[in-house]
Amino acid sequence: MKKLFLIGNPNVGKSTVFSRLTGVDVLSSNYPGTTIEVAKGHLFAHDETWEVVDLPGVYSLEAGSKAEEVALSLLRETPKEDMVVLDVIDSTNLERNLYLTLQLLEAQFPVIICLNMHDDALHRGIAIDIKALEKALGVSCVPTCAITGLGIKNLIERLGDIRPALRAPVSHQERWQQIGQAVSLAQNLSHRHHSLREHLEDASVRPFSGFLVAVSVLCASFWVVRTIGEFLVNRVADPIFFSFYQPLLDKVSVFLGPETLWHHLLLGDLVDGQIDFKQSLGLLTTAPYIEFAMVLPYIISFYLVLSLLEDVGFLPRLAMLLDGLLHRLGLHGFAIVPVLLGLGCNVPGILSTRTLESRRERFIAATLISIGIPCVPLQAMIFGIMGQFSGFYVTGVYLVLFALWLFLGLILNRTAKGYSPELLVEIPSYRIPDARALGQKLFLRIKGFIVEALPIVLAGVFIVNVMLYFQWLDWLTFIFSPVMNKLFGLPKEAAVALVVGFFRKDVAVGLLLPLGLSIKQFFIATVLLAISFPCVATFFVLFRELGLKDFLKSVSIMLLTGLIVGVLLNLAIVSA
Amino acid sequence: MTKKIPLSQVKAKHKVHIVDMEGGCVFVNRMMSLGIYKGRELSVVSRLALRGPTVVKVGRSTFALGRSMAAKIMVEMRS
Repeated sequence: MKKLFLIGNPNVGKSTVFSRLTGVDVLSSNYPGTTIEVAKGHLFAHDETWEVVDLPGVYSLEAGSKAEEVALSLLRETPKEDMVVLDVIDSTNLERNLYLTLQLLEAQFPVIICLNMHDDALHRGIAIDIKALEKALGVSCVPTCAITGLGIKNLIERLGDIRPALRAPVSHQERWQQIGQAVSLAQNLSHRHHSLREHLEDASVRPFSGFLVAVSVLCASFWVVRTIGEFLVNRVADPIFFSFYQPLLDKVSVFLGPETLWHHLLLGDLVDGQIDFKQSLGLLTTAPYIEFAMVLPYIISFYLVLSLLEDVGFLPRLAMLLDGLLHRLGLHGFAIVPVLLGLGCNVPGILSTRTLESRRERFIAATLISIGIPCVPLQAMIFGIMGQFSGFYVTGVYLVLFALWLFLGLILNRTAKGYSPELLVEIPSYRIPDARALGQKLFLRIKGFIVEALPIVLAGVFIVNVMLYFQWLDWLTFIFSPVMNKLFGLPKEAAVALVVGFFRKDVAVGLLLPLGLSIKQFFIATVLLAISFPCVATFFVLFRELGLKDFLKSVSIMLLTGLIVGVLLNLAIVSA
Repeated sequence: MTKKIPLSQVKAKHKVHIVDMEGGCVFVNRMMSLGIYKGRELSVVSRLALRGPTVVKVGRSTFALGRSMAAKIMVEMRS
């Protein structure tokens, strides 16, 4: 099978071109390093099936970063006669992109060039003479706009007759000279005044105005996430559950008869003779209610806002602004991206720590995310439990977590071995997100969440139900009762909630609420749930990404932190 | 007389050109692939507090360079 490799600088739209060629949906954003796994797909063209490989973005063919090593080794594995290299170029930035192109040509790969974002270049007053560029480089160039699909058909048609390039290797300085010549022949700039967009781009990287922009964007984002989430809960999910689903379940309840095992498993226990979606803890009641009415609405609104920020190109600017602060935690600015992803779900957050270069950095980032960054289900739980008292306590939980995140980072920076590299990130232009691409990305993420979360929630509720019914959890509460009572000031039954929190944070809410704790106890239990073991999926990813040794270290830190914070809070808070 | 200073000390909105790249071969090559090399002209867009990065414009691209990277790039002010 012939192979088609997509290569290019970071953030030029390789993944969008890939989706267009193969129909396989992959995540794409407006910041470098979105592609963390090499994606593969198939394309049928010129009477044969091609394997299309989406490589991570690279600036050169020298192995300087991890992404470059991966790309290089994949390119070297395949014989040159069985491949075509599709070099994706950002048309708005011809000069820098051509450096990699020339290296590919000098290495005698069969190359075809895709001048992506051609429409954007025209908007910015950059006209590229395709014929002149083809002549200067000696390869085919096809202008495209992958987001709308313009030019992709033409690109596929030209794949048939690509010959290996013949270009003599030159020194780095000479290469830049050749690029200068090619660009001056092929590119025609019409001078334009600074547009509003360019003013905004400049403002967002200056220290003072950048800070103001960042704070307002983050506050606005938080507000939008809450508003949309609340709207979905109150206007969509709750009406469906209470007006349509509950009457149905009431009939099932009568049919099964209370106090039977099936009733206990499927519907759970009646609270005041009624099904209580939050507390009954049944496979058909609490499990779907938590997932679809408490968590999913916020997952949708969170990923909508995050995807929007990603596609606009805001994240690298945030990375740059926070670099100074994050350096003190042993990270660099770009580590803010995994943190933001972790606020949705810790799993993709920890996965994206792969974009960080050093082992030490990945360890610190992953540990900090799993301890101090509450995911959407956990946040829904924080709001669900503490929100019944007042917003003051909700803020309190967030403040404790944030302080912990900072404090742990400072300590880890002092103690963890290894080095943390410097920030080096390209600040992309702001782009207006494409609605279709945004919708696709949102769908991909929500689907990913449901597929991952729903089975575990169902299994978790089922197992806990069986154990509660046969009273198998009594030994657990018995063993932990001294810890719960003496250290944390919690009733011994809270141990069950903490252990269940290991499966899914959101299931634990159904176990905590019926305990009828005081505000102080709820506060401590919520914070403990947030810090202690992440859910089973995060646990697994943490193990896979860190390896056994670092994983054990990370877990020990987690347990120790939970213990210390629990005791401190118990001592510090004067009973409310 | 122009003076040779590290890029990390240049204030925002200045245009400079690179006179020397200090640091190892990997660093120099990496910068080279971004278009940052001896003789190249840069404009400093901003410099962030708290030992934060320096943001530079090279050609049509904008990069944020961590402070100790910027410290290895020796530049001369354009008059």
